[in-house]
Amino acid sequence: MDAPVIKKKLGLKDRYAAMTRGLAWDTTYQPMEKVFPFDQYEGIKIHDWDKWEDPFRLTMDAYWKYQGEKEKKLYAVIEAFAQNNGQLGISDARYVNALKLFIQGVTPLEYYAHRGFAHVGRHFTGAGARVAAQMQSIDELRHYQTETHALSHYNKYFNGMHQPTQWFDRVWYLSVPKSFFEDALSGGPFEFLTAVSFSFEYVLTNLLFVPFMSGAAHNGDMSTVTFGFSAQSDESRHMTLGIECIKFMLEQDPANVPIVQKWIDKWFWRGYRLLTLVAMMQDYMLPKRVMSWKESWEMYVEENGGALFRDLARYGIREPKGWKEACEGKDHISHQAWNTFYSYGAAAPFHTWIPKEDELQWLSEKYPDTFDKYYRPRFEHLREEQKAGRRIYNKTLPMLCNTCQIPLLFTEPGDPTKICHRETEYKGEKYHFCSDGCQHVFEDEPEKYVQSWLPVQQIYQGHCFKPGVDPTAEGFDPLLAVLDWYGMNVGRDNFDFEGSEDQKNFATWRGDPAPVSATAAQQGAQS
Amino acid sequence: MNASTVSAVSSVFIAFQDNEESRPVVDAILADNAQASATYPPGLVKINAPGRLVIRRETIEEQTGQRFNLQQLHVNLVTLSGYIDEDDDEFSLSWQH
Repeated sequence: MDAPVIKKKLGLKDRYAAMTRGLAWDTTYQPMEKVFPFDQYEGIKIHDWDKWEDPFRLTMDAYWKYQGEKEKKLYAVIEAFAQNNGQLGISDARYVNALKLFIQGVTPLEYYAHRGFAHVGRHFTGAGARVAAQMQSIDELRHYQTETHALSHYNKYFNGMHQPTQWFDRVWYLSVPKSFFEDALSGGPFEFLTAVSFSFEYVLTNLLFVPFMSGAAHNGDMSTVTFGFSAQSDESRHMTLGIECIKFMLEQDPANVPIVQKWIDKWFWRGYRLLTLVAMMQDYMLPKRVMSWKESWEMYVEENGGALFRDLARYGIREPKGWKEACEGKDHISHQAWNTFYSYGAAAPFHTWIPKEDELQWLSEKYPDTFDKYYRPRFEHLREEQKAGRRIYNKTLPMLCNTCQIPLLFTEPGDPTKICHRETEYKGEKYHFCSDGCQHVFEDEPEKYVQSWLPVQQIYQGHCFKPGVDPTAEGFDPLLAVLDWYGMNVGRDNFDFEGSEDQKNFATWRGDPAPVSATAAQQGAQS
Repeated sequence: MNASTVSAVSSVFIAFQDNEESRPVVDAILADNAQASATYPPGLVKINAPGRLVIRRETIEEQTGQRFNLQQLHVNLVTLSGYIDEDDDEFSLSWQH
């Protein structure tokens, strides 16, 4: 039963108006622009903040009530999972590596989102937008906590989960999600909402929280699917906030349209690049599969995102720049990314592997135009090498894209045999990019991106060793020194899944036959 | 609206956790929206409908014989698409083009 607030007979819409608009006031002894310094400097013109409507009309009292109910359900599942040793019921210990990526690369983003929304929630002059942003800020903090609680159970049994926040700040591939959010947080408030609420949450997060979480259920991980769906139910509100924000800006003033379009172009591309990790989790890290990345992309981006951009056309908004390239990428990015992580499996705190034959077959069926032609032969070659005791571990450092920070692993549009590489010269320095999209983002704001903290460059400059380490000492191994600075347990957190402690422990706990000794798999690491 | 935009009917969707609390809601949606169809990927029920989808409080109450506040949808909601219009009696999703 709802707590009686205001008058019992107010309808939902009136009640929402009373519970939000009444919270704002104009300042008297300080000018408004001094108290709210941020919501004008991006050039977005707002004439009437009262036109902002949060379509869900969730007031704080209802918010606490329903969030409380969700929280009770979630913790009941997490507790049951822990009491019942649910980790032993998952399909395969390889699956846990997807959770490692989740706690390393996604959970910290929830915390960044919490900070971002707390900031914009303070700084919009409109009360409707402020209330919506504040609720979202609390949601994001809840997601950070519930994900950490749910995954801490796995941390008791599996490697690669013991210090995700330090890894988020230090480990090379985690600079990809980190830089995405730091870019968004250091934009203005309207750009932040366009980046996170609209481009990321509305257009792209369904890809992570729906098919991947459904995959978690399919793989017996009820704890993860429950926190995933519990988080995603908040995302439904966040998505409405994103679309409301876009509509509001577009309806307030025609001068806002080109600014918003530019942000949509930028953040669609940045979000698409970030989701490479999810593409790989879905196609390669779920031992029992629900749908391919390509199918998810078609359902949630081409179909649903297509509907959205047809709708926004009435304001003069077109689909984001790079849309066609991103749609072409649905056939490639998961394979290219997994191949890269497989090669760099000595330097990452999770395990990689060559898919089993039936898994390769599934990929051939799901990607009939590309997998057998471009990717299967590569994996078969690597599998043969591994069998022969030559597991490949790449020890050279790759060139990184200065914008998305992903190694230059993606191929040219129209030619999946050629690595895509773009260059821009700025103030006498050369900058490298993985795509036209990332190059455009840089060229539009070069002063921002010349400050990027690029892991490879930082390693070469000697900034990624513990204090007191002497790189000139005899026998110095720079890779080991960097992994030590990361806080990785070399030999436990990294290398191939075959022969790993996770693999052996899981088989022992379940009473499965012991895995074939994979010393061959590990030899490559020592060479 | 010009001819080229009329031709494409965009779908809206809504998805819930596949559990007992969602069942009367799903049944109500399928009863009230002739063109809606449900799919059941693991853990989920996802309902797609061309153009528009409406959820009526009254139909859910008829299914269960109990009072239902439409905002209870939040508890088992997973995701949705389209513009939302919500009051005490109806929750609808639609595109405007």
